[in-house]
Amino acid sequence: MSDRISVAKTYKLYIGGAFPRSESGRSYPVVDAKGAFLANAAQGSRKDARDAVAAARKAFPGWSGATAYNRGQVLYRVAEVLEGRREQFITEVAASEGVAVKKAQSLVDAAIDRWVWYAGWTDKVATVLGGANPVAGPYFSFSLPEPTGVVAVLAPQQSSLLGLISVVAPVIATGNTAVVVSSQDRPLPAVTLSEVLATSDLPGGVVNVLTGRTAEIAPWLASHADVNALDLTGAPESTRADLERSAAGTVKRVLRARPSEDFTREPDLARLRAFLETKTVWHPMGV
Amino acid sequence: MWEYAPAPESRDIANLKPNYRMFIDGQFVEGAGEPLKTVNPGTEEVLAEVSTAAPADVDKAVKAARRAYDRVWGRMPGSERAKYIFRIARLIQERGRELAVLESLDNGKPIKESRDVDVPTAAAHFFYHAGWADKLGYAGYGPDPKPLGVAGQVIPWNFPLMMAAWKIAPALACGNTVVLKPAETTPLTALVLAEIIQQADLPPGVVNILAGAGDVGAAVTSHPDVDKVAFTGSTEVGKIIQRQLAGTGRKLTLELGGKAANIVFDDAPLDQAVEGIVNGIFFNQGHVCCAGSRLLVQESVADELLEKLHARVSTLRVGDPLDKNTDVGAINSREQLTKIQQLVESGDAEGAERWTSACPLPDKGFYFAPTVFSNVSQAMRIAREEIFGPVLSVLTFRTPDEAVAKANNTPYGLSAGIWTEKGSRILWAAQKMRAGVVWANTFNRFDPTAPFGGYQESGFGREGGRTGLEAYLDV
Repeated sequence: MSDRISVAKTYKLYIGGAFPRSESGRSYPVVDAKGAFLANAAQGSRKDARDAVAAARKAFPGWSGATAYNRGQVLYRVAEVLEGRREQFITEVAASEGVAVKKAQSLVDAAIDRWVWYAGWTDKVATVLGGANPVAGPYFSFSLPEPTGVVAVLAPQQSSLLGLISVVAPVIATGNTAVVVSSQDRPLPAVTLSEVLATSDLPGGVVNVLTGRTAEIAPWLASHADVNALDLTGAPESTRADLERSAAGTVKRVLRARPSEDFTREPDLARLRAFLETKTVWHPMGV
Repeated sequence: MWEYAPAPESRDIANLKPNYRMFIDGQFVEGAGEPLKTVNPGTEEVLAEVSTAAPADVDKAVKAARRAYDRVWGRMPGSERAKYIFRIARLIQERGRELAVLESLDNGKPIKESRDVDVPTAAAHFFYHAGWADKLGYAGYGPDPKPLGVAGQVIPWNFPLMMAAWKIAPALACGNTVVLKPAETTPLTALVLAEIIQQADLPPGVVNILAGAGDVGAAVTSHPDVDKVAFTGSTEVGKIIQRQLAGTGRKLTLELGGKAANIVFDDAPLDQAVEGIVNGIFFNQGHVCCAGSRLLVQESVADELLEKLHARVSTLRVGDPLDKNTDVGAINSREQLTKIQQLVESGDAEGAERWTSACPLPDKGFYFAPTVFSNVSQAMRIAREEIFGPVLSVLTFRTPDEAVAKANNTPYGLSAGIWTEKGSRILWAAQKMRAGVVWANTFNRFDPTAPFGGYQESGFGREGGRTGLEAYLDV
């Protein structure tokens, strides 16, 4: 077999179901753990962040209004397509994180399994977290969890796929839509995940992925009035307090998860609960 | 309109004392702050002098709460905590009449509301949460969820005792200790609750109750040794607290303002809806964060509904809060009365049509006649801002989709009301509301088993129910 020249991929943003370059025209080089050039990634800007929020807001009524069964099937479909791309993710995770192929395999497998785990929660979370309220009066009262809205997710900086999936899947499983800022230095698995999402029946805008400088993009998301919640997992330590202060401007829900979170551990419900509201409904009983 | 002979509750029942002191580490103590005089808003007379906290007193209270948490309360078996909390519930019930009269004196709310809503609901919250103390492992937060430590809590003046109960009961049940600061204008029932806590023989320092103005509240919420902050009050102050706590890792829950839509569809039972609308906006003089302050009426029934509403509101009796016939009591303070007057003037200036009940008002005291604005548009201040008074803004809509869009057109999201005979429409509209509590064919119902709290800028976290425990657990 002759050596052939491979077709290199252009890594772009993922906004509203499309793959635009950054409107700023900027890109930055992504290197592997040893410093060798891998690709140029788009360097997302404030305007890209605002476009992503607009896309997420537009997608919210449809995605939050979809049946839980439907969301579960779409998310399971994502896992199917992830499985089909397994080899590509192993290569990218190994290169991005500088781990051996065997370790990369276990990280990718865990990531796919994590996605399946969250896909199964879509139609169970209301049963587990909601219920009837035995109020002292002639009323029927029940409480249900509902999605918070548009969630800005600062993805973990280290764990480029397993960490990313561990923070994105719980946000959208419950019907939120997301604007995700990928790992700054390890963004390639996030762009490939975007390609998976784009080909898995997930409506455009439910997940939007920005690559670039986290510290540059995050403040615009934290202060954006149409963002309802903020996940600080991948926020640089020096920016966390400022981001929280900005988020207070519109009383955003802030998940102050630490960057040191170990994503190989089995998750619990905390990340699902973090971006859920509780709605209590009352109606009188009588003839 | 029927004339009723006055039926006043005796103010002697309140056992009013000339001086009230703060409660720190199991003792009633003088604070180093400037004492405040709390006023009966129904008569403008001074009720009592209350000692207030200086920063050093806040520190003392937090230290006492920390000691009590480390040495006693945090390690006490839940089954033992439960019995203390049950005692508090029973003592509130036993002293219910006294508390109701005192609440109406200090707050200005009608005695029938303090007697039938505030005090019973306060007792119910302690009773409900007492039972959780030894069952937290079944609450869905793992097998052995841990408390957070010291909770700093600041509450408003609209439901003084009830808010104290909503804050203290879950905190204690989950194993936390408490530093609570009631509102400047309504400190009395919280300080009587302190007596009850003493009678219940709670270990010193488990509950500490301070008095004072916003500066004392700020000292509580920003104290570095407080592990959890809970605040109920305005969105403006809530944002300040959220900023203060940024980067500290301290847990925060906020229950803030609202501008609830109360939607009346064309098939609603109008007489029943009118009762609900009146309850929604005139209950507690409209000093309710979840008040149904924006009435959205389907255009085809708007004239008929407005006529019925005016007729009904005309019969509301405004006056002496201690009179059992009173429907609408006194506005809590001169400051609040001024705020209501200013917003009402903005309604006039922006071209809304004002109707005010011709009811007589007492000569002394802070009163505001029930007021209904019609021809209100969404851009007007009276449609956007929380008035926190007996003022209703009426808007109309043509289609259910328009009703939903208008209802959700606010940064708030605390509550909503729906009036229709059609079951499927109720469930549809309830699903569409971006609000934490939806009352269908009823309004302003509260129960310790039913989680209460807001979406968006109405705050985060819930009070009540299994969900409410999360605010006081390290989960």
